[in-house]
Amino acid sequence: MLKMPEADSQTLKKRASIATALRRIVPGEGVIETATEMSVYESDGLTAYRQLPLVVVLPTTTAAVAKVLRYAFQNKIKVVPRGAGTSLSGGALPLADGIVLGLSKFNQILEIDYENRCARVQPGVTNLAITQAVQHKGFYYAPDPSSQIACTIGGNVAENSGGVHCLKYGLTANNILGLEMVLITGEVIRLGGKHLDSDGLDLLGVLTGSEGLLGVITEVTVRLLQKPETARVILVGFPSSEDAGNCVADIISAGIIPGGMEMMDKPAIHAVEEFVHADYPLDVEALLIIELDGPAIEVDHLIEEVSAIARKNKCSTSRTSTSEAERLLFWAGRKAAFPAVGRISPDYLCMDGTIPRKRLSEVLTGMAELSKRHGLRVANVFHAGDGNLHPLILYDANVGDELARAEEFGADILRLCVKVGGVLTGEHGVGIEKRDLMPVMFTEADLAQQQRLKCAFDDHGLLNPGKVFPTLHACAELGRMHVKAGKLPFPEVPRF
Amino acid sequence: MTPTFKPQTVPELADYVALGGKFEVVGSGTKRGLGRPLQPETAIDMSGFTGISLYEPEELVLEAGAGTPLSEIEKALAKNHQQLAFEPPDFSNLLGGKHKGTLGGLMACGLSGPRRIKAGAARDHILGIAGVSGRGEIFKAGGRVVKNVTGFDVAKLMVGSYGTLAALTSITVKVLPAAATQETLVFNGLSDAKAIQAMSLAMQSACEVSGAAHLPGTPSQTLFRLEGIQPSVVYRRQKLASHLKIFGASDHLDEKDSVSEWKAIRDVERLSADDARFVWKLSLTPSKAAETVARISKQLDIQYFYDWAGGLVWLGVPRSNQAYAYIIRNCLEDGHATLFRAEDDVRERIEVFQPQLLALSGLTKRVKASFDPNGVFNHGRMYKDI
Repeated sequence: MLKMPEADSQTLKKRASIATALRRIVPGEGVIETATEMSVYESDGLTAYRQLPLVVVLPTTTAAVAKVLRYAFQNKIKVVPRGAGTSLSGGALPLADGIVLGLSKFNQILEIDYENRCARVQPGVTNLAITQAVQHKGFYYAPDPSSQIACTIGGNVAENSGGVHCLKYGLTANNILGLEMVLITGEVIRLGGKHLDSDGLDLLGVLTGSEGLLGVITEVTVRLLQKPETARVILVGFPSSEDAGNCVADIISAGIIPGGMEMMDKPAIHAVEEFVHADYPLDVEALLIIELDGPAIEVDHLIEEVSAIARKNKCSTSRTSTSEAERLLFWAGRKAAFPAVGRISPDYLCMDGTIPRKRLSEVLTGMAELSKRHGLRVANVFHAGDGNLHPLILYDANVGDELARAEEFGADILRLCVKVGGVLTGEHGVGIEKRDLMPVMFTEADLAQQQRLKCAFDDHGLLNPGKVFPTLHACAELGRMHVKAGKLPFPEVPRF
Repeated sequence: MTPTFKPQTVPELADYVALGGKFEVVGSGTKRGLGRPLQPETAIDMSGFTGISLYEPEELVLEAGAGTPLSEIEKALAKNHQQLAFEPPDFSNLLGGKHKGTLGGLMACGLSGPRRIKAGAARDHILGIAGVSGRGEIFKAGGRVVKNVTGFDVAKLMVGSYGTLAALTSITVKVLPAAATQETLVFNGLSDAKAIQAMSLAMQSACEVSGAAHLPGTPSQTLFRLEGIQPSVVYRRQKLASHLKIFGASDHLDEKDSVSEWKAIRDVERLSADDARFVWKLSLTPSKAAETVARISKQLDIQYFYDWAGGLVWLGVPRSNQAYAYIIRNCLEDGHATLFRAEDDVRERIEVFQPQLLALSGLTKRVKASFDPNGVFNHGRMYKDI
């Protein structure tokens, strides 16, 4: 289990007075302090970790958020921002001595501007609600994380969420134009707007994916896209994951960027088929779900081209959707992959590394070996187009040391991803889950530089501490430190 | 003349920077005229960090030294029918450079061409960086894969930072397939206001317009680029023509003419020829572009055109002491105005980039200091002290 920074006993003692002060800013039901009521907030999607917060505050206006943060800043109290709490990396895990600042009441779509193809929304609006509000006009919001029914746009910005259409349509960072945020000092800052390029340094880019460490987002301007005229899915099965991987590479080499390109391995296919009955082939080692979108004339042409490439790569089955209902059925299996795996195992850990696509079969082989060594099963779903792997490690938390073994297995998978030129996390964030693995990918100098950037926003380290960085350094110390040849002068500093 | 230091290795650069000083970071110097003028003690010539170190077409990734000429990169990509999809402009005519410049210079200035409305900007295509901070520390950020949220997106922050944060030695970018062909749909004689409406409607359609520009003149031309495979391009061109038929009859340019027209728009050729004028770049809410330009033209003799469906206005103004900064910025309801071409003394005198509100300006200063606490890199290039 990962350790969190030790709670400050002085702050814990002042809990009642802190709650009173917060009530003055957010009256009524906006402050929650009983253990029963706060239990809703004790974890996020990384449910193996739980912690009751000091107190929960749910403001409704930017001005109130600013006052809460200023109060926390003046009194040196930690703050954990929270959207819908669907993070899979523990990004919204509370701290015993920290205020949880929930943005669930910021749930209004403020403006839809078709003329400029954008919408201004509050951070607590769910990802799917944006699309639902504009789809009658043929528009949608492109990033579609699996949790889109529940996850909020504020959380999407904090995590730079992706989804199955990233390769063609980009991540959250590529689909937002502006935001309003509040710094820990209570200062309100607007970045970007309805224009395409924000001015000055690209702080919009830095805020996106900053995991609640830099500021609290109170408004987001998102890009809206017109839905493609048609979309069809081709479902292709392969006798080996290597063939499937080669097929993916050949499709891209042919200059085709599919709207979505997903891969599932045999255990995932079987789990899903039992759950959803999407009529997936069961006698294949790997299944590709390839969506092609655009005008019908283009999609038909691409389906033919992709089918030919699949045949060349020895596919054993191939089916193309002929109706919208069939297209959705083909997707239903993939979209239900996580709950389907949930049915065959009491618990599972969802990993999130990204690798260069061509190393896939090597990584899958390595993963099979690790599976044997750790004595735990693994099922794989994979955003094949962009190299983002989601190994699902199956375990039972009630059996001995299985959780610890699952975590070790997961860490080994991520080390393997980095070793082949990939990264620790593609879309779920570092949070606490991958925090201690950061040195696998980054040198002390890389991490010190990122932490100095954090200091520019929050020099007392009050916003979401204990997340992302394996070592807490005071900002003054980071300022003095010189990292020579990638090494700190004190490599033995304790990690918490 | 400013003395020049040309490091050959990253540690050599790091050691040199750690000693301190006031440096100008230079690739090939083609964009020296952008931003506020500098008075450096030494120029650091980054052209030693050159060459493509990794290019895997099937992985859509390319890594190169920051000093690599763009022409070299574009040539390698073209061989595999790929491209930098954000359409890097060539401002050698506009700014008086000898060629298109380097990858590092392009990213430092964050420049994108007409396809920005569909494919995103330079910042949307950077995947990773390596370089030396103002503290003389070697660091890296990001990676070589498109989906990566490991740590802060420091690579994006470098794009458009005008070399004020770090001296980048290596840059990794996402590359994409080039379209098989293109055509351009043309409407003649639309007023600015009508053209803005037409461009908005086109962008609201499913026609996947990859360039939308309006060129005033007699007659004016409103242009819509469609790219892809031939049958799809023809289909979408016809569909768009019918979708916009309330704006009158349309014509179209075939592939060859379309390519040269969009190159001219990309490189701001209309305003490059007339050296007598200063050039402003306005980034604003697309639907407000025509009214904003109308407000400015009431007060100033301007030459201009619209790109990015109205979201980008290139504006040529007569020479003056203050480049009419006050009038132009006053006419802007939102967005920002950058003085893109003017002599050093003018760019010294006025704010080249849109002035920022106090809280944002304070934050920007602290972010600069987090990379470069002593202000050794391109100090004052963006704003005073940044």
